[in-house]
Amino acid sequence: MNKTVNQKAWFLILPVLILVAFSAVIPLMTVVNYSVQDTFGNNQFFWAGLDWFKDMLESDRMWNALGRQLMFSGIILAIEVPLGIFVALNMPQKGFWSSFCLVVMSLPLLIPWNVVGTIWQIFGRVDIGLLGYTLDALGIDYNYTQDSFDAWATVIVMDVWHWTSLVALLAFAGLRSIPDAYYQAAKIDQASRWAVFRYIELPKMAGVLMIAILLRFMDSFMIYTEPFVLTGGGPGNATTFLSIDLVKMALGQFDLGPAAAFSLMYFLTILAISWVFYTVMTTLDKRDGK
Amino acid sequence: MAKITLEHLAHSYLPNPKAPDDFALKELNHDWSDGEAYALLGSSGCGKSTLLNIISGLLIPSQGRVLFDGHDVTTAPTAKRNIAQVFQFPVVYDTMTVRQNLAFPLKNRGMDVAEIKRRVQKVGAMIDMEAQLDHKARGLTADAKQKISLGRGMVREDVNALLFDEPLTVIDPHMKWELRTQLKKLHHDFGHTMIYVTHDQTEALTFADKVVVMYDGRVVQIGTPQELFERPGHTFVGYFIGSPGMNLFDAEINGTSARIGGAVVELGAHYAATGKTQVGVRPEFIRIASEGDGIPAKVQRIEDVGRHQVVRLDAAGTSVSAVIAEGQTIPADADRIRFVTEGINVYADDWRVTARKDAA
Amino acid sequence: MTDIATPQVAEPVDKMTIAKPRKASRRMRPSGGAVVMTLYLLFLMLPIYWLFNMSLKTNAEILGAFSLWPRDLTFANYARILNDPSWYMGYVNTLIYVVLNTTISLAVALPAAYAFSRYSFIGDKHLFFWLLTNRMAPPAVFALPFFQFYSSVGLFDTHIAVALAHCLFNVPLAVWILEGFMRGVPKEIDETAYIDGYSFPAFFIKIFTPLIASGIGVAAFFCFMFSWVELLLSRTLTSVDAKPIAATMTRTVGAAGVDWGVLAAAGMLTIVPGALVIYFVRNYIAKGFALGRV
Repeated sequence: MNKTVNQKAWFLILPVLILVAFSAVIPLMTVVNYSVQDTFGNNQFFWAGLDWFKDMLESDRMWNALGRQLMFSGIILAIEVPLGIFVALNMPQKGFWSSFCLVVMSLPLLIPWNVVGTIWQIFGRVDIGLLGYTLDALGIDYNYTQDSFDAWATVIVMDVWHWTSLVALLAFAGLRSIPDAYYQAAKIDQASRWAVFRYIELPKMAGVLMIAILLRFMDSFMIYTEPFVLTGGGPGNATTFLSIDLVKMALGQFDLGPAAAFSLMYFLTILAISWVFYTVMTTLDKRDGK
Repeated sequence: MAKITLEHLAHSYLPNPKAPDDFALKELNHDWSDGEAYALLGSSGCGKSTLLNIISGLLIPSQGRVLFDGHDVTTAPTAKRNIAQVFQFPVVYDTMTVRQNLAFPLKNRGMDVAEIKRRVQKVGAMIDMEAQLDHKARGLTADAKQKISLGRGMVREDVNALLFDEPLTVIDPHMKWELRTQLKKLHHDFGHTMIYVTHDQTEALTFADKVVVMYDGRVVQIGTPQELFERPGHTFVGYFIGSPGMNLFDAEINGTSARIGGAVVELGAHYAATGKTQVGVRPEFIRIASEGDGIPAKVQRIEDVGRHQVVRLDAAGTSVSAVIAEGQTIPADADRIRFVTEGINVYADDWRVTARKDAA
Repeated sequence: MTDIATPQVAEPVDKMTIAKPRKASRRMRPSGGAVVMTLYLLFLMLPIYWLFNMSLKTNAEILGAFSLWPRDLTFANYARILNDPSWYMGYVNTLIYVVLNTTISLAVALPAAYAFSRYSFIGDKHLFFWLLTNRMAPPAVFALPFFQFYSSVGLFDTHIAVALAHCLFNVPLAVWILEGFMRGVPKEIDETAYIDGYSFPAFFIKIFTPLIASGIGVAAFFCFMFSWVELLLSRTLTSVDAKPIAATMTRTVGAAGVDWGVLAAAGMLTIVPGALVIYFVRNYIAKGFALGRV
């Protein structure tokens, strides 16, 4: 789209800039400030240079948390994206059942995150939860508070439960934008169901799927509340993801310097990966001439 | 290539149609002869796309049968009918190259690779896209994409029929002309049965051997462009075809003459017409005069449309158009119109009444 | 060849009704669709049902016998929440800051989104990405600085503090969504309005806003959603006066263990506002989730 060059447009952006400066830049400066200083209490700070960054880069604790985080995000993307597409392909196109599916599917998205944690905390308990009780009755030794694997499985199932609908709804919106003529042409060309998906549906969904992947990546990388409520990061450190570790460090142990250095690196990591997504996305947009 | 027969065909989108108005397509019997080029003409919502989709098998009619060369294909799926269809908006597979697009229908039918290659090359030349065969389809212009859609139909040489659903809607005017010429040439060279849906009379009249005019879910006339022009079978045809459309006058028919307003007009033949009777005369057959007999009419304005001039008149409340040659002037005191006898058509309840010359 | 039109009126009507209308063939879809959807919806609903089930039981029953539905139906859990101000004020607090946040986010995002969608100016692309980066900022990173910052300006434990903090992720999102919808409105509309003599504010309010009403709805929905579900920041920035319901729920852990029934009832009640919002926007959900980009 050809836009008019107009430097006065900056005035329209001004309110956002002021607000974001207030709510993001100033706090972020505090973080930067902490990350290069040390304190012995009494609000006395002195210059620590990049020591905290060095410390954090050398600490196993951060690398382990990062490893868990990447694994978690990887797994949930690998499950939620295909599953979401699959669900979208099977959704009724219109009518009552379509609305019904949409409403039920949106429901998990609007449940406060700690309640999501609570729901699964209850659901998975062996004594009072349907899932735990059933698994136990089937003779499966399941206990998400004791066993790392069970904890991981529960956290992942919880996230799939919580967020797959988002991917599905986005994919569904993409599918609905495909004109009937494409399906008719495919029939005339005798395309197989797979070819219809591969050459019509998938290309048309590409744009919204990128949004879905970007959102899911960002949010899963920042996940805090749900696993915190469910497992508290345990057993041991098994489900201690980056945010949980960070909050433990900053608010729990009040290790401001390391926590701040950790924060900045964390933020930069998300930024770097998201930037790649974003670039790919805008290139796609441009190629489609949108 | 095949003859397509429609028997007692009708369609309604409602589950339990009752009144005739519930039918998007009213009962119809027709043969589409093998190798002819038809245009299906009508304003939007007249049922022409419904009819096309029934023939292509995208829609199964609520009643009646569709026969291809005598075989009943009414419920056969699209793929079994071996037809090709080009849609209003270009349908191409974005992620494929032009070559892959053209090969797609053949590949799906499990054809031999060498044969696919030969045909794709040939069709590429036919649609004049040889140079772009290895480009991705995504970045192409609308008319190039539409040519690919067309090519995907042409590449299957044995198709029973080629169907077009307003294929030139999104194409630039000058490309429209070129594509239409190309289509005509393809038809001439290969002799496919073609059915071309459009709401544009110029497109229909220049493309087709036979034009099928539809109105309100019903076929109102089938004929050559000349027949449609000279003897419109329904007032809608008279109004829809021609620019400006046919003039209609409420008239009282008395055998060989008609009373229009206060004037009496000789019809030149004997007509037996009852119900709502009208006389229809094309603007080309209206003469403007200042003396003698005729229907009183006032000249309102004259429009110069290039090759000729259109005179707008008012005849006791009925607006009338007349066509006069470029450069011709009308007398300043012109106050009446006359009809050229051979241009007179008589209608009863909108349908044309045939003259009974013998009983005159 | 019978080149004859059939002028007779659509013949015997009764014959047509007898001929059973054949079902129109629709898009190709796998026939197992219903099964897949049933299983998926069941998967989504089961945990929620279980919470609902528990909220209607007494603690004795929850911990005692395992049952798929309440044998000893009770509404005491709900009654306790709805009669205790420290419980229900949690809902009020949450609703206050969510509404505040949605209003602020939309108010600042509308002009910015318009600028991004219509004009090009120095640094526009970088600015847009920089805005988006705020959506990518982990709340955990900001928890402590926010706490210190809002404490130092005396806004700690106020609704406005939480509302402003949530702008961190909601403003970029709102700008992003609105920009997508605004791009879909042809520029000619703006130009026509200016030619017709509208000033910018008059045009924006009278003509442009109605055109992107659905986009505003979607943006509002998302702001509501993310502000409603967030807990980390809202808990960090409040203690008593603006404490959100989600934080109040931790109170159920007492000396005598967890009060499961009340916890479940409180959880159920937090689902209600979301469910209501979804119900009202149900016809726009699909388009909305695509953020105006399909």
